[in-house]
Amino acid sequence: MSSGRERGWQTLTLVLAFAFLYTPIAWIVVFSFIGDPADSSGTQLSLHWYRALLENEELQDAAGRSLKLALMSSPLATLLGTLAGISLARLERFPGRAALIALLAVPIFAPEVLLGFAFLMLFAAFEAATGLAAGKGMLTLVIAHATLGTPVVASIVFARVVDRDQSLEAAARDLGARPLRVLATVTLPLAAPAVLSGWLLAVTLSFDDVVTSSFLAGPENTTLPMAIFSGLRLGLDPQINAVGTILIGAVSLIIVVSFAAVRLRPRAKA
Amino acid sequence: MKRARLSRLEQLTILIPFAWLLAFLALPILAVIALAFHEIADSIPPVQPLVSHVNGHWAVHASLRGMQIVTTDPLYIGAFRTALVNAALTTLGCALVGFPLAYAIARAPERRRNLYVLLMILPFWTSFLMRAYAWIGLIRDSGPLNSLLLAVGLIHEPIPILYTPAAVLLVMVYSYLPFFVLPMYAVLEKLPADLLAAAADLGARPWHVFRTVTLPLSLPGLVSGAVLVFVPAVGEYVIPELVGNSDSVMIGGILWEEFFQNRDWPLAATIALGTLGLLVLPALVLRRWFTSMAAARI
Repeated sequence: MSSGRERGWQTLTLVLAFAFLYTPIAWIVVFSFIGDPADSSGTQLSLHWYRALLENEELQDAAGRSLKLALMSSPLATLLGTLAGISLARLERFPGRAALIALLAVPIFAPEVLLGFAFLMLFAAFEAATGLAAGKGMLTLVIAHATLGTPVVASIVFARVVDRDQSLEAAARDLGARPLRVLATVTLPLAAPAVLSGWLLAVTLSFDDVVTSSFLAGPENTTLPMAIFSGLRLGLDPQINAVGTILIGAVSLIIVVSFAAVRLRPRAKA
Repeated sequence: MKRARLSRLEQLTILIPFAWLLAFLALPILAVIALAFHEIADSIPPVQPLVSHVNGHWAVHASLRGMQIVTTDPLYIGAFRTALVNAALTTLGCALVGFPLAYAIARAPERRRNLYVLLMILPFWTSFLMRAYAWIGLIRDSGPLNSLLLAVGLIHEPIPILYTPAAVLLVMVYSYLPFFVLPMYAVLEKLPADLLAAAADLGARPWHVFRTVTLPLSLPGLVSGAVLVFVPAVGEYVIPELVGNSDSVMIGGILWEEFFQNRDWPLAATIALGTLGLLVLPALVLRRWFTSMAAARI
C-alpha cells in the first residue's frame, strides 16, 4: 500500500492539477462580479456586467439561437448514435459493419476545420445541382451538429451495451417478445443512462461549437460561441465573463440534477 | 447471438445511422476531394465545373495547382510544420501533466476516485472558448501569472506570454488534458496493486518499479491518450488564433484564410486533404494497438 511519502506526493499532484484546471474557471466567475466602469478603484463588487448583458440584444439573440440549435440537433444525434451504438454492440457481424465504424471515427479524427469546410461543400454542391438554397441556414447547422454528435453518443451507448449480459434480451425473445418489443422494453431501458449522458454531451458539443458553425452560418445566424469568438478577437470584454458565469452555473445545475436523478432512480439490481 | 439473418428491425437500426453518415459525412468528404482538383473561377461558387459542354465540345477542367502550391510554397509547408510541432509538444505536455495526475487518481482510495475523475472532467463541460478566454486574462502582462512570478522574484519585469507560441502551448495542454488523462487512468486503475507491492517487496526501488512494471503496463493508455491529444491538436484553429501570433499559424488558420479571405476553394480543399493525410498514420497506429490488445486479451 502507499507509503507516507507516496501519499504526500499524491496529494501535491492532485492539488496542483486541480488548481491548474480550476484557476481559469474561478477567474471568469470572480471577474464577472468585479469592475464597474463608474467605480474608479475598479475593485468593487457589482452586477454591472450582468446589467450590460441584459441590454445586449445581439448576445441574447445568439444565445437563444445556440440553445435552439442544441435542442434541435442533439435529439437527432441521440437517435442516430443510439441506433448505431446498439447495432454495433449487439450484432457481431453484418455487412458494412467496418464501414460504419470507420464513418463514426471520422468526426473524432478529422479536424473541425475540415469538417466545417466539407459540410459547406456538400451544401454548395447540393445548391449547384438542384438550385435550391440549402446553405447558410438553421437547417444546415442542425444537420452538421447532429452528424458531429452522433459518434459521441454511439461510443457511449456502445460501451454501455456491449458489456451487458445478453440473457435478459434472450429471455424476452424466448418468452415470445417481438424484436421491437425487446428493443423498447429491454435493450433501451438498460442503455438509458448512457443515452442520457450521450444526449447531454451532444447538447454540450453543439452549444460549444464555433468552427463548424462559422462555415455554415450566415451573418443572420450567428451562434453564441461565434459571437463570443468574434468579440474575443477584438479584445477583452468583461461582459463575456458574465456569459461564462451563467453558462458555468447552468452546466453545474444540469450535472447536479442528472447525478441526483441517477441516485434517486430505484435500482432493480446493482 | 450468432443468427445468420438480421431481423427487419435490426436492418433498420443499422440502416438509419448508416445512411445518415453516408449522406452527411462520406459525401461531404468526397466533395472536398473532388474540389481539390477543380480550377478556380471568378464566379459563385468560385470554381469551374470539372466537366463542361460548350459549343458541342466536352472539356475537362482539372488542375493540380493546389497540390503544387501546398507541397512547394514555404508558407504552407511552414504551417504544416508548425501544426505538427505544436501537436507533438502539446502531446508531450499533456503526458507530463496528465500521467502524474492519472497515477495520483488511480492510487487514491477507491471511494474517492470517481469524485476526482468527475472533478477533472467538470471544467470541460463549460464552454471551451470561455476557458481559452480566461487564459488571456491570466497570462497577459498585467495578469496574475506575471504578478506571481514578479512577487516570487523569478522575474524582474513582466515577461510577454500572451500572443507567443508558449501561450498557444499552455492553453492547448490545458484544453486537451482530459483526452490524455481518461484513457491513461483507465489503464492505471486496472494495474494490479499486488504486482507493484511484489516488486517493492523483492527490493526494487520505487523508480525501478515504475520503470520496469508500471510504465510498460501502462503503455496502451499512453498510446491511446497520445493519439487522442495529437490528432485534434494538429487541426486546432481557435487557440492559436486567440493567444498566438503570426508564428503560430497552423493548418486550421491557413485553411480558414484561403477559404474566407482569398476565396480559393480548391487550395483550401487541398490543405484539408493534406491534414487528413497527416492524420491517417496516427489513426492506423491506434487501430493496430486496439486490435493487438483485443487479440492479447482473448
